[in-house]
Amino acid sequence: MNYKMVGRFIAQILSIEAVFMIPALILSLCRGEYGAVRGFLCALAVIAAVAGGLFLLCRKAPSAFYAKEGLVCVGISWVALSLMGGLPFYFSGEIPNFVDAFFEAVSGFTTTGASILPEVESLSGGILYWRSFTHWLGGMGVLVFLLAISPGKGKSGFTMHLLRAESPGPDVGKLVPRMRKTAAILYIIYIVMTIADLIFLLVGKMPLLDAVCTAFGTAGTGGFGTKNDSLAGYSPYIQNVTTVFMFLFGINFSCYYLLLLRQVKNVVKDEELRLYVGIVLGAIVLVALNVREYYDTLGETIRHAAFQVSSIITTTGFATTDFDLWPSFSKTILMGLMVVGACAGSTGGGLKCGRLLLLLKSLRRNTRQIIQPQRVEVVRNNGRVVPERVLDNANAYLAAYVVILLLSILLISVDNFSAEANVTAVLACFNNIGPGLAEVGPTCNFGGYSAFSKLVLSLDMLTGRLEIFPILVLFSKGAWKHR
Amino acid sequence: MNIIIAGGGKVGATLVRQLSAEGYDLTLIDSDPRVIGSIVERYDVMAVEGNCASMPVLLQAGIKDADLLIATTDEDEVNLLCCTTAHGLNPDLHTIARIRNPEYSDQIYALREVFALSLAVNPEKQAATEIERLLKYPGFLHRDTFAKGRTEIVELRVDGKSKLCNLPLMELPGIVKCKVLVCAVLRGGTAMAPSGSFILREGDRIFVTAPTNNLTVLLKNLGIITRRVRRVMICGGSRVAYYLAQMLQRDGINTCMVEKDPARCVQLASQLPGVNVVCGDSANLSELESQGLQDCDALVSLTGMDEQNIIISLLASGQGIPQIITKLGRTENRGLIANLPLGSVVCPKELSCNTIIRYVRAMQNQTGAAISVHTIADGQAEAVEFLVDENTLHCGEPLKKIKLRPNVLVAGIAHGSDTEIPNGDSQFHVGDTIVLVTSGRGVLHQLNDIFE
Repeated sequence: MNYKMVGRFIAQILSIEAVFMIPALILSLCRGEYGAVRGFLCALAVIAAVAGGLFLLCRKAPSAFYAKEGLVCVGISWVALSLMGGLPFYFSGEIPNFVDAFFEAVSGFTTTGASILPEVESLSGGILYWRSFTHWLGGMGVLVFLLAISPGKGKSGFTMHLLRAESPGPDVGKLVPRMRKTAAILYIIYIVMTIADLIFLLVGKMPLLDAVCTAFGTAGTGGFGTKNDSLAGYSPYIQNVTTVFMFLFGINFSCYYLLLLRQVKNVVKDEELRLYVGIVLGAIVLVALNVREYYDTLGETIRHAAFQVSSIITTTGFATTDFDLWPSFSKTILMGLMVVGACAGSTGGGLKCGRLLLLLKSLRRNTRQIIQPQRVEVVRNNGRVVPERVLDNANAYLAAYVVILLLSILLISVDNFSAEANVTAVLACFNNIGPGLAEVGPTCNFGGYSAFSKLVLSLDMLTGRLEIFPILVLFSKGAWKHR
Repeated sequence: MNIIIAGGGKVGATLVRQLSAEGYDLTLIDSDPRVIGSIVERYDVMAVEGNCASMPVLLQAGIKDADLLIATTDEDEVNLLCCTTAHGLNPDLHTIARIRNPEYSDQIYALREVFALSLAVNPEKQAATEIERLLKYPGFLHRDTFAKGRTEIVELRVDGKSKLCNLPLMELPGIVKCKVLVCAVLRGGTAMAPSGSFILREGDRIFVTAPTNNLTVLLKNLGIITRRVRRVMICGGSRVAYYLAQMLQRDGINTCMVEKDPARCVQLASQLPGVNVVCGDSANLSELESQGLQDCDALVSLTGMDEQNIIISLLASGQGIPQIITKLGRTENRGLIANLPLGSVVCPKELSCNTIIRYVRAMQNQTGAAISVHTIADGQAEAVEFLVDENTLHCGEPLKKIKLRPNVLVAGIAHGSDTEIPNGDSQFHVGDTIVLVTSGRGVLHQLNDIFE
């Protein structure tokens, strides 16, 4: 284990976080919110001390960096990022409990959007901005950002371990030969789409701070709103814009890159994209049919159905209506969407459509083989043979997913909430959605859970965002041994 | 610059390491997922799995945007087809193919337009040429030629009996009675840049720059036997052996070749009239002795296995053969064998990689590019040759007034037909050829890179 190299990475990550905290600090200064200013200044001081200390301790790091270091590095940096990211909430006094502040920051960086705040509107502007900004940074991944800005010449292949550990999906690859360029392309697409969303929201006469926060929440598929009722109070136009952009941010970003290269045919034929679009359209139709009694007009029904479906499948977690009041059939569909999640390589969470596709195909193959044992068959995706290793990983992922899910439900059930609340709370955190059902529904919050449960759920969020293994290795003895 | 490398074997992997460190955008094509896995983990490159000669795979690797394709798979035919197909998809593409089969070498040159080849490299043939050059000057472990054959960097080993042993470097010109410059010393596996007070020890390998016409004087004054090689024993009937035997035939050198496989022996005997082809085990001393090892002036071990080559060379060195040349396929563990009496070590992979890298650098920087690049001191230093042109800074200034980058040494300046071994007062002018030795990381893309 190359501790020094990992330490240096974490110091760099924290420096980036500190730099991004400065706009929030300036915003607080301009708005005269002195509590928030104090919070940011204290947080910056702590980050500077920690990062500086790490830089000093980890000079002259050996260059050995392998898969293990990559995983550990990503795992620890996300924990460190969340710990430090929660400091402004804590020091400003707006979230006085440290565990709550940590939960809120984890929820931000992992783009979950689960909140412990009963009153979002009482937060100051700077804190609101920072809370939503964590979504944006966490959406594409802060290590990817580091890769995009750090000089790329002469780098070895170890950066691949970082990209693989932080980016979601069963089979992560580069878009172009250079890691730095790949990361830069991803971020440029991300930034351009975020700005487009912001412009559409501003055209709809949304206040600037609300629009920025909503755009960040949509881009990172996070879901922290600026109002207690999420997006319910805004105009149908703003809701529709958000529906479309949530959907767009749930698509694999390499599709956009292919579009830029004018390879439209490859995008249209992409099996994962087709599955994603199919699931979204099917779910909207079913939900709209099921809830047609609840709303006055067909338009309103479709608007709410589309918004909620898009919000849940992309694991954003905004709401325009209290879907906890919907009939059981619709709620079950939403729970299913929670598990499915967005496309691989997007900012969304969940199991990912791509992985689901692989699992289903491998299930079909294995079933056929039971009937006809001599049959030799390979699994194809987009016409290419999927290596068995990728299939094995997808199966292992599913197993780990179920085990962690069940274990977490068991752990938080100690707090004696209803079973529906516990199950959906874990689902919503693990898949990075945000609101669940019943006691943790869209109009409620996670504030009622005990500190222990909040820590369990925080861990779930991190595990879900990083696709399990980077966090899981932190608990393995082998990861900490000297080589 | 976008470069596609087809085939991640020994040459392919070395190229990936070198070129990715030099900052090119690389895409590797290989049909073996394990090869791809191990390379992608180590270097910042993209990889495509598949047959590099097939159109969909080439398109997937981005052939349309590539500037150069290097085909280094094991099969000549695949390499050729790969280059021809790729050129059909992208007419502006430069292509380099590794072609090793001697039967193809003529048609490759005659039909290179048809095959769309910009450059064909033949590692075995290059190795044979290198060995032939070494045999012409026994005593040198290694020779690198610069300035159209006028300047050389030669490698010598300091023996216990040699005049060089325990000699401070500043006294060297007095002994050899000609102008030479020691540009690097390899001691215990690490390269050093020596100063005048540096004292040579037994076992050191030194790299000396000298004008080519002084080489004979240098050898004579160092007391190294310079008897012409008349009889050579080649152990192993590999492709290098075939090329070498052919060249030695041409030079009128008596050649005996020992090969284990009877069928290969028949083939070689039919291809090489005049060469004494013997079927036998070359790792067996009595067998070699029965073929007249004692009377040979040189032994070249060229079997396909590095371990066997090392053993044969050790056997020969025990018998006191004056010149020994060992071929090694892998050079990663060179440090291990640095102190064994293996004579000169020739590595075909390294030779062709150097040729390809030279081509790439020349492509990158059309004007002012390095004329040639040679790795010396077991790959720890590079000797680079540049032409001084109008854009070169500091023309006509004495060297002592110019601030050079650390790790860069001016090893030779060739004006017209004579080579100057530079000192502080030397100058270079437009039209001169300048030879530099550089160690460490930075790549010299053009001559002006050496100035601070």
